[in-house]
This record gives sequence, C-alpha cells and structure tokens, in this order.
Amino acid sequence: MKATPLSNCERRFLLRAVQEKKRLDGRQCYDYRNIRVSFGADRGCCIVELGRTRVLAQVSCELVPPKPSRPTEGVLFFNLELSPMAAPGLEPGRQSELLVSLNRLLERCLRDSKCIDTESLCVVAGEKVWQIRLDMHLLNHDGNITDAASIAGIVALCHFRRPDVSVQGEEVTVYTPEERDPVPLSIHHMPICVSFAFFHQGTFLLVDPTEREERVMDGLLVIAMNKHDEICTIQSSGVVMLLQDQILRCSKITAVKVAEITELIQKALENDQKARKEGGKFGFAESIPNQRITAFRMESAAVDTNDVEEQAGEIIAKADPPSEVFANPVLHTPGTAQIGEGIESSWGDLEESEKEEAAEEEGESEAAAFECEKVETEDTSTQVGVGVFFIDEPIVLSDSEEEEVVILEPQELPRKTRTQTSSKQENPSKKAFNKRRRKKRTSR
Amino acid sequence: MAVELETACGQCRLRPFSCELALLSRPDGSATFLQGDTSVLAGLYGPAEAKVSKELPDRAALEVLLRPKVGLPGVLERSREQLLRQTCEAVILGVLHPRTAISLVLQVLSDAGSLLSCCLNAACMALLDAGLPLTTLFCGVTCALQPDGTILLDPTARQEQEARATLTFAIASREKKVLMATTKGSCSVEEMQQCLATAQRAADTIFQFYRDSVRRRYSKS
Repeated sequence: MKATPLSNCERRFLLRAVQEKKRLDGRQCYDYRNIRVSFGADRGCCIVELGRTRVLAQVSCELVPPKPSRPTEGVLFFNLELSPMAAPGLEPGRQSELLVSLNRLLERCLRDSKCIDTESLCVVAGEKVWQIRLDMHLLNHDGNITDAASIAGIVALCHFRRPDVSVQGEEVTVYTPEERDPVPLSIHHMPICVSFAFFHQGTFLLVDPTEREERVMDGLLVIAMNKHDEICTIQSSGVVMLLQDQILRCSKITAVKVAEITELIQKALENDQKARKEGGKFGFAESIPNQRITAFRMESAAVDTNDVEEQAGEIIAKADPPSEVFANPVLHTPGTAQIGEGIESSWGDLEESEKEEAAEEEGESEAAAFECEKVETEDTSTQVGVGVFFIDEPIVLSDSEEEEVVILEPQELPRKTRTQTSSKQENPSKKAFNKRRRKKRTSR
Repeated sequence: MAVELETACGQCRLRPFSCELALLSRPDGSATFLQGDTSVLAGLYGPAEAKVSKELPDRAALEVLLRPKVGLPGVLERSREQLLRQTCEAVILGVLHPRTAISLVLQVLSDAGSLLSCCLNAACMALLDAGLPLTTLFCGVTCALQPDGTILLDPTARQEQEARATLTFAIASREKKVLMATTKGSCSVEEMQQCLATAQRAADTIFQFYRDSVRRRYSKS
C-alpha cells in the first residue's frame, strides 16, 4: 500500500493548534492517552493499547549455549516488527530507518538498563543458558510506538514464566509446566519510555504525540525511566536543539508519568494473576469489552451430526469412480526413472500448426473484435540454429509496417522433450528447421 | 472457556466464538476472531493503488500475509497464505476494481488449535468490515479424526496432536460449497466425506454468528 501523504493544510492546522496549546483529541500538553493492557492465555503474551496505537508482545524462552564472552549470563533477544497492517506505508520485509531506530532504542532501554537479571538465567555455566526472546508486533500505528512498545515489552517480561530447572551434578532436568510451576523472570526494575515531541524550534512540547503530530514535529526526545527516578535511556533526535532546563523539565514530567504507568501495569498484572489463580477466565476472549457494539460473543454451540454418515455414504455412492491411473515406471539406470512419455515436440510441424492456429485465432478474434491478418509462410533460404523454448506466436512490439519478424529455429540440437521424469532424455528425431519469414501481423 | 464433549450420538461442539469488528483505526477493515483460546487479528487495506509491477489489468491483485507470533514467517505460513489467498480470490469480485491492490494481513495472537480455520473466519469478517464486494461469505472449519474414527470439530492443540488426521475446509455460504480443503494425516474417502458433511453442518452455526455480529454492529446507525 502507498502511504497517504500529509497535506499542507493539515500541517499548517496542526502547527497552529500546537501554538495555541490545543490538540486534536482535546488532551492537554502533558496528558497521556488511555493505556489499556490485556493478557493472552499464554504466559508472556500481552497487548497494550496506547490510545489507538496497539502493540502485541510475546516472550518465549529456549535453552542455548551462552555467548563465549559471557559464559555465565543468559541471552536476551528483542525484536520489534512493524506489521503491514499497522499503517498503509509499511511494506513487509523492508528494513526502514524507523524500524532500526525503534529497535535500537528498545534494546538500549531493556538490555543496557540491566532490568533483567541475566545471571539468574544461567543453567550450566559455559554450556546451557536460557535465551529469552521478546517479539513485539505493532498492530496499529497512531503515534508513539516507542512508549507503547516499551510498556508492552516490560509487561510481557513481568508476565512470563519460564520452566523450572534443577541441576544435580552433571544432570540438568527441565520440568514441564505440569510437573512444577514455571518460575518468573528476575526483574529488578521496570524502565518505561516517555516521548516528547517538540514544535516550532523547541518552543512547544507535547507528551505522547499522535501520528499526525509526529509527522509535523521538529524533534523527539525519549526518556526511559523507572519508578525509582533513575534515567535508563535518553535520546534526542530530529532538528531541534534543546536547552538544559528543557531537558530537566522533561525528566521531571517523565518521573510523574512513569509512576502512574507503573502503577497501572502493576494493577493489571495483579488482576491477571488473581484471575488465573482463582480459576476464573483469562485470555484475550475475556478482555474484549462486550458492551461494545462492534464486539459479539457466542457461547459453545453444539452441531448436529446425526445423519452425517448416511449423507457421506450417498455422496460416495453417487460420485463417479476415480479415473484409472496408468503408472508404469521404466527404470533406465539406477537413479533414473521415467513415467509417461510426454508430448512429442512439434517444432517440425510449426508450419501446419500455425495455419491451424491462424484459423483458430481468427475464430476467436472475431468474437473478441481483434484484427488479425492471415499468416503467410514463405519459403526459406537459409538455415540457422538457435534454441527458442516457447512458440506460441511472436510478440510484436511495434506497429511499424516495415518490420519483419524473423524466427530463428534450431537445427541439430538435442531437444528436451517434456516428460514427467527426473532425467533428461534425448529425442531420437532431430529435425533441421527452416528459417521463416513472417509478415507482421496485428494480433492479440 | 472451552467445553468439549466427545461425540456421542453424533454431537460435536464448537468452542465459544467471539469477534470484534473495526478495532484498528488505520486499516480499511479489521476484525479479530476468537475460537476458544485461538485468536487471529486480520487487517485489510483495499482496494488501493497498486504498484505497477503487481497490478493486474482486469482485476484486483490480492496479497495475503500471515505473521506468526514468534519468529520469522516460514514455509508453513507461506502455504497457509496461499490457501487463504486462493479462497479469498474465489470470493472477492476483483473484476469490479481492476488495477488495484487488496492487502490482507493476519496476525496470530494465540494458537490453541484450529488456527487455519480461525484465520479464514477472521479474513471473512475483515472483508465484511471493509465492505469489499463478495460473491459469497465463507467460513473455516477444522475437523480432527481421532484414532478410533470419531470426528471432533474445532479441535484444541492437544486434540490435533493426538488425532490421526486433521482436515480444514473453507465452506461458502451459498449452497455450502467447498472453496478449499486441506488435510494433514491420512484418512479414507468415506471419512473425508463424513468430515466434510460435518463441517457443512457446523458452517450453518458460523454463518449465523456472522449474521448476528454484523446485525449487532449496524443495529444503531
């Protein structure tokens, strides 16, 4: 899909609105959109909705050999993908700058801040460690992918449970979820990214920009902080130059926002934990708000299959019997077999078949109202050998009446008959062909 | 949650279904379809301008992308994409929108069995939500043949693993014709016909679900 471009009047409107401290959705400059966290039935799966921006995160684990430089630490792998459904401009498989910068920022936020204890992921030093893999998919792009993805990532990591492992001497036992309850990851703190968009050369700032606001902003400042007021990552991009007190002010705002968001995350995790423990319903099915008119639910339905066998029997009785398959393989040499003989090459019969073709084509083309000249095959003069593999009719590229179409045909070349074999066979009959001149025809 | 009964006197059960339409703001049509714990989110763009290399002169060019939750899409996803594409192409009236592109993206949200039929259902609901012209609706039904010959509808992941054969059908709403059939495992001709007949019965319930959800969606307009 092609991305829809931003019109100049939209741009001017947005910039004027920011100047007057107004936002399209009615928020204040420092307000966040509604954040909603829902969990799936699998452990480590969650969907975070920041306004209309939606990110899916899934954590999975695997036992792998550790990195040679860090034999006692587990391996963390983060991947954010922009799904083609998130926005019209996103193509599958294209490594755009946006994707690379988002991935890098999230890696710094989650990996370099050491929020996950990698030492606890070691099973056998130097041989087996846990690899924790976090996959995030952007489902709908309405701005501020960074924040939504960072919240989804940390929530999924907190939600995830890895299989329990016990090491006795040389033996390592990995318990299935049925044998022993899975164990949570050891997470020290929860870094959350907060994005600030700057407009009019740094004069105005907006927290949590929407997609439209992102398109017209001058620069972006992202601060990742945890609830203990520690800055984990800070990144400024774009063409804006920020003053020191602006950055300090932003970090104070970040501290407030992160505290709120962390509380929200904790509550969501507790609710889900409670639902799972009490045997209540959990998963995406329960998180669909069923008061909405766009959501509909149906309970488990029974399907009547009483006469199925009779119906099936009738169909089989009435059906035509399957056609006979004649499969008599011929073994030429060990490893070379042939089934069937295929159609004989008809290059030698082109003159005749062409006349038939012309007649057929005239019949067809009358129906399709095309003009078609009768093909005249003239006698030849020279013989040239070149292989051409399709012959239906030559594709005419121009309308010039002066052009002649010359078909070069093969001579004394081993022709490969199309057979359903795995071997190449030489056609016993080799015909030398004639070079033919054809009058150009307006066809197709 | 999932209530499964063994087939006794010819009763199969479908898991509880839910769906939500128009949940994403950017795509032209979007739907999420849940069958028990299996859920798939479908987003559709189209008919929109196509790249010159991909446009077809007389019809719309349909592209289907299926994204798994973990890892890169592999051969299994590609084969499912082809099955979905062929089913959708049979149903979409592409000739009304020549030289355009229709792009359907499916994201697996959770897989607990019957994934392909959930994808088919999500695709159909997304097509409905986007308002594309269709000749007929379609639904996906998965049947699992257990080793003792009983047929289970809408199997869970465990039931699929223990089954002798798993068959997925795409059934059209007009005259319950079969649009697509794919099987995994081995079964006899009679068993396949029985599974197909069972799937056609189940299709009735699913189409009624479609109608009810769309009726609810447009009940206040």
